[in-house]
Amino acid sequence: MNVPQSRPHDLGGSPAGPVDQAPHEIPFREQRIDAMVNLMRTKGVISDWAELRAGIEALTPEEYEQLGYYERWAIVAAEIAVRRKLVTREELDARIRHLAEKAS
Amino acid sequence: MARDHSHSPPRPDHPPPQTRHRFLDLALNELLIERGLYTEAELRDMIASIDSVDPSTHGARVVARSWIDADFRRRLLNDANAAIADIGMDPGTAQLRVLENTPETHNVVVCTLCSCYPRALLGRPPAWYRDREYRARVVREPRAVLAEFGLSLAEEQTVRVHDSTAELRFLVLPERPAGTGHLAESELAGLVTRDGMIGVAKR
Repeated sequence: MNVPQSRPHDLGGSPAGPVDQAPHEIPFREQRIDAMVNLMRTKGVISDWAELRAGIEALTPEEYEQLGYYERWAIVAAEIAVRRKLVTREELDARIRHLAEKAS
Repeated sequence: MARDHSHSPPRPDHPPPQTRHRFLDLALNELLIERGLYTEAELRDMIASIDSVDPSTHGARVVARSWIDADFRRRLLNDANAAIADIGMDPGTAQLRVLENTPETHNVVVCTLCSCYPRALLGRPPAWYRDREYRARVVREPRAVLAEFGLSLAEEQTVRVHDSTAELRFLVLPERPAGTGHLAESELAGLVTRDGMIGVAKR
């Protein structure tokens, strides 16, 4: 029988250790991503939550493993903003370079 | 982008940020504001609005009301979105189903694929709800996971695990504790916790 390999987000039933119940303070950066994505949703740029989830499920296993939870949201939000022609990939890359230089 | 994983297992939900990803969200946010999609003020308001949802003032209120108002409870179990909107609260945009705990059946909620959660009633999900360990294990060995949370269920009590989706969210309705007949609705709400409404605690 040919069992399809499960995607990296599909975790149900896979082996894992104990649940880390320690409360995590949510950093401001994550609050901002959360709010940005919610605004993109209320403004109609993201059509529904299924679209965000479909984007997250399309990440490569490497991306999925290496990114933080809200970083995955931000990457998919950027993809959607480019697809909807709100920004171009070049503009995003230029702004990222600018911010990285400013921070270094 | 080789990373050395030989010393410790990867923690997918809390890795150190990498350069491109580190600035992507900030770059996108700046550009969306410059394009006029939303303003700085709208962003601040949205953060405040998300922050304002607390299990004790939202979800717990719904549970307490259902404990004292049989008609509301019936409507809540039948059509949660409509029943919650009827008492002037926001049930969220996704379909919501309320799961009634009974002496025979205990319900627990997970989102194995991501982190779908009744945010309009419980706020942001706790980190463990999004983590690999909870999502992977609670569907296979729910009793062991619940025991880690300090909840030991009787062998004869059935455990039902409900896997959320973007379109369908769940809220667990804990059993009303015995000896609380004299308490007012607001006092009853004080007995209900976030974990109880996810199903990893008794109430």
